[in-house]
Order: sequence, then structure tokens, then C-alpha cells
Amino acid sequence: MSLVDVVSVLAATIRLATPLVLATLGGLFSERAGIVALGLEGMMLAAAFAAACIAHVTGSAWLALAAGMGVSMALSLIHGFASVTQRGDQVVSGMALNILVAGLCPTLGLAWFQQGGQTPALGHGERFMPIVLPFADGVAGVPVLGPIWNSLIGGHNLIVYLAALLLPLSAWLLYRTSFGLRIRAVGENPHAVDAAGLSVAGLRYGALALSGILVGLAGADLSIAEGAGFGRDMTAGRGYVALAALIFGKWRPVPAVGACLLFAFCDALQVRLQGVALPVVGVVPVQLVEALPYLLTVVLLAGFIGAARAPRAIGLAFVKTR
Amino acid sequence: MRRDLPMLVDYVLIPALNLLLAFLVGAIVLALIGVSPVAALGTLLDGAFGSLDGLGYTLYYATTFIFTGLAVAIPYQAGLFNIGGEGQAMLGGLGVTLVCQAMGGYSLWLVLPLAIVAAVTFGAAWAAVPAILQVKRGSHIVITTIMFNFLAAAFMTYLLIDALRAPGDPSPETGAFPASTALPYAHEWAARLGLAMEESPLNLSFLVALAAAFLVWLFIRRSLLGYEIRATGLNPSAATYAAIPVGRVTVLAVCLGGACAGLVGINEVMGVLHRLVLGFTAGAGIVGIAVALMGRNHPFGIVLAAILFGALYQGGAELAFDYPQVTRDIIVVMDGLVILFCGALENMLRVPVTRAWARWRTVPA
Repeated sequence: MSLVDVVSVLAATIRLATPLVLATLGGLFSERAGIVALGLEGMMLAAAFAAACIAHVTGSAWLALAAGMGVSMALSLIHGFASVTQRGDQVVSGMALNILVAGLCPTLGLAWFQQGGQTPALGHGERFMPIVLPFADGVAGVPVLGPIWNSLIGGHNLIVYLAALLLPLSAWLLYRTSFGLRIRAVGENPHAVDAAGLSVAGLRYGALALSGILVGLAGADLSIAEGAGFGRDMTAGRGYVALAALIFGKWRPVPAVGACLLFAFCDALQVRLQGVALPVVGVVPVQLVEALPYLLTVVLLAGFIGAARAPRAIGLAFVKTR
Repeated sequence: MRRDLPMLVDYVLIPALNLLLAFLVGAIVLALIGVSPVAALGTLLDGAFGSLDGLGYTLYYATTFIFTGLAVAIPYQAGLFNIGGEGQAMLGGLGVTLVCQAMGGYSLWLVLPLAIVAAVTFGAAWAAVPAILQVKRGSHIVITTIMFNFLAAAFMTYLLIDALRAPGDPSPETGAFPASTALPYAHEWAARLGLAMEESPLNLSFLVALAAAFLVWLFIRRSLLGYEIRATGLNPSAATYAAIPVGRVTVLAVCLGGACAGLVGINEVMGVLHRLVLGFTAGAGIVGIAVALMGRNHPFGIVLAAILFGALYQGGAELAFDYPQVTRDIIVVMDGLVILFCGALENMLRVPVTRAWARWRTVPA
């Protein structure tokens, strides 16, 4: 494998990791506040659809981004209404959102655009295009620095850089601010938070709104940055993989994002591995390589996180003690 | 325990109101895409119940949904949410296929029990891994069963493209099974009795599904193991103190769910397709979640809910035929809405209904 191959696999890893990282950070705030984030898949898919629709209609990628975040946040708050206000089953509520969105997007897409449930392909001006860094032309001919500067560090869309920025920001918010402390407290012991005179419901709704914004970015990345339009089931289980990364990272931002990068690396590698004869095993079936992220998720969940402790109050409805 | 509401209100009126809410939102979606909800309801009801073949289709879909509904309901009794019905059904279909391919020429009454055993075993085996991982390693069964759905889909794709595909066939499916393994259709039996019934895919599996629902009821409500499953679901720590082997009981409940999902193969593969086709489950596992929630995880409730969803599927197909802007996806929307309103938001109407009931009771008639 030459340097160019290595750089292209790593660059693909970064691109594939971006929606996972954003969704995982979104899930982080929800779960640390004690609300199961099983609706990530649906929120992401809805955001991708809304962003693609608005980008096509208005031609503005920024409005589309806002629409994606808005729709995702609305779904997150519906999840909140079911989980916090109605004290319903959070797993059921999350699955309901996933299934509802999986049906609703192609239904509305077909009625609005008559393209079999897809949205029309977006032009360059209607989406976030790869950003070319300064001196790109100058270093293009330089052996090692050229590909690294142009393909690994540069050459990604805005949302990729945003995701890189949001990781330290989320970690800071969660661990170094009073809002973050309260979020963590409300996921561990809501009664203590209540006794301190804070609103458990208010904090949980706040965390869910934040979660919606982050997951909305993930969805928009798929349809108006990395891709050029919405396609059926385009999230392809990424919401679940993000949730698995969150659990694998023991509900902490940096390890969880590390898990995202690991999943994305496997995904990037599988494209390379297809049809290639490996030493010892020979040609691996395409389906096995494609199933690798899911297989890895199961193995990771089964093998190494036995001791991981979830936020103590996760999935439990808060009932005020008298 | 004092009840705030009479049984009838609690178990009939509130679920009915929740269902009504789901349908109201569904009607809004239909109106949004330019279909009159009233006309659509007419098409739907007429398509599902208006003719004998329509009814046949309704009950054929219901057969599959009874199996996938039970697949969710049995683990739910033990307090676990099985989302893996889709993958378990695929594996069940594989088991049925292996039996049907090997047993050509034998009597159907020998092949059918063997096929049922294979479907049940394969479905249960696919469910066993997430169940054991949950009990032994604490990996969340919701996520592992979702992953196992993806894994099952990849596995079936591999098998149907590289291993089981009929030679020279471009599409990912096996060759047709020997004709002797096909289950009898309802219209064939009707013809033998001298009744004219138009062709529909309704077959003997419907009776298998009804029997399965009855056996599950018997097992859950009338057997010791069923009692242990329910005790584990209601309070695992209390069950542990009562010397119930909670881990083993949990695995058993999930495996029984997987076994029921596997039986989908009897209806779809052995009953109708007569070959294994990629993607034959077509989202039935997901519908099972809605069916189980609507049927309140009770086998008899599940049969009723499955027939309702069968009607939605068949009526929805008629709807898609009449309106170009409607596809099967509208049914997925209804799945989601039913799960939302009958599952996650099931208590939303309980407070106002309880209040209204109390007021009505105190006012002297």
C-alpha cells in the first residue's frame, strides 16, 4: 500500500466518521441526561430529508442546514414529550420515531418531487462543497506533504471541520460548565437535582434540544454535504452504530468519538478490501466485509464493555417524591 | 389494588382512543400528499374486507404479523424488547428452505412438521446469541438484535448469491421447491368443499399461526415456566429471591420469540413463494412491534391487531393501485404512528379519561 492509498483510506475514514461523530455527540447529551437515544437513526434521516428538500427549494445550503437541525430538534422534543412529560417507554418511543421517519420521508418525497421517494440531485451551489486550503496548488507537487495537506487535512466540507470543533466543545460543555454538571446529575440522580431546586424536565428537554441540533448536523452532512440529495434509508443504520459507539465509549465524549473513528476506518477499509485476495484467507466475500461494522459492534458490545456503567437514571421516568 | 377505571375503559376504550389518534395523524399525512382521507378509508376497507380474495390477502398478511407480533410479545413478558424479528424470520425461512429442498416427494404431513421444527430452531438460534450476550455480557439486547438484523440480511445475501442460487438464475433466489412441499391454499380447500373462492395467498399457515398464538397463551398464562417469565419481567430482583433462574428464563423467552419469528418462513416461503427469495420478510419484523404493542402483548390481542394490520397492508396495496403518489411506505408511517400512540404515548389520554370518568361517576344519574 503506497502513501497515496493510506492517505485516501484515512481521508475516507474522516468523511465517514463525521455523521457518526455528530450523532454520537448528540446521543451523548441525551443519554447523559437520562433519556435513551434510540431515535438517532430517525432524527438523522429526517434531518437529511429536510435539508435536501430545503436546499432544492431555496438553493441555500445554510437554510437547508437550519431546516435539518430544526426538524431533528422537533423529533427530539417529541421523544422528550413521550419520555419526560408522558413518562412513556423510551425505547418504544425511539423506535416509533425511527419507523415513522423511515416511512414518512419517502412518502412525502414521492408526493413532492415524483422521483420515487428521492429528492432531486443538488447542484454545487446548493450544498457544502469540499474546502480547498490555501497553498493547495503550491504543495500539490511536494511528495509527502502534498497529499496530506490537500486530501487529509484539506479537501473536506464545512461540516467535517465543524464536527472536529464540536468534540472539544461538547467535552467542555459537559465537564466544565454548570449546565454540563446539571445534565450529568439529572442522568445520575434526578431526585438530587430536584431537591436542589432545579427542573428535571427542563434540563432533560434542554439536553434533548441540544441533541437534536447535533444529530441534525449529522443528517445534513449526509444529504447536502457528503451526498447531493436524499435517498431512501440513506442513514443505513448509522444512528444505531453511533449509539453503539456511545456505549463502547462508556458514555464519554473522547472515547466515544474514538469508537466512531474505528467504525469509520473499518468502513473505509471494506471498500478497499472488496475483491482483494488477502494472505491466508483469500478473497473475503463482499457481504462479510460489508457486515464488518455491524459484526464489530456486536463483538465490541459483548467483549470489552462488560464493566461499563450507564448513567444510573437512564430510561427511567422521573416521578417527583413527595 | 383499587382500580381508578373499570376494565372495559382501561383495556378497550383507551387503546381504541390511542388507535384513533394514530389514524387521525395518518389521515393528516394522506391529506398532505393530496389524497382524501375519507375516500382512502373507503378504498382501504373495501380492499381489505370487500371481497373474498381481499379478505384472503388480509388474513395472509395477518398470518405473518401474528408470528412477528408473538416474537416481540414473549420476550416483552420477560422485560426485554426484541427488535430482531426481521432477522430471525429470515433465518427461519432458510430452515424451511433446507427442509423443503431435501424432502421432495414425501407426504406434506411429514414435511410440514419437519419444516416447522427447522423454522423454529433456526429462528431461536439466531435470537439466542443476542439473548446470551445480554445475560452474560450485559450488551444491550435492543442494539444487538438490530445489528443481528443487518447481519442476517448480509448473510442471506451471501447465501442467495453465492451458494443457494439456482444455476443460471440472475435474481438472488433459490429454484422452486418440489411441488409436493407446497402448503394447500384456502381457495383450493374451498373448491374441494364446492365453494367458489377467488385465488388469494391465504394458506394452511393461518391455522398454524392461530395454533401458535393459542399455545403461547397456554404457555405464558398456564405453565410454570410462563409464570417464571412473567415474574422475571415484572421484577427481576424479586424473581431472583424467589429462586427463579432469571438468566436462563430470559434467554428462553427471547429464543421462544425468535422461534415464533422463524415461523414466518412457513407462511411466506413454504406457503406462497415456494422458494427462498432475498428480502422475503419485507419489514414484517418491524410491523410485529406495532402489532405486539397494539395487542398489549396478549396472544389474543395480537391476533386481532395482526388482522387489523393485515387489513392495512391489503387495503394499502389497493390504495397504492388507485393513487400514484401512495406507496407501501404509507403503511410504514402507520406502523410508526401506532407504535408512538399505542406504545410510547399510551398514558397520554389516561389522565383526562380518568378525570372525566370520576366526574361522570360522581354526578348522580
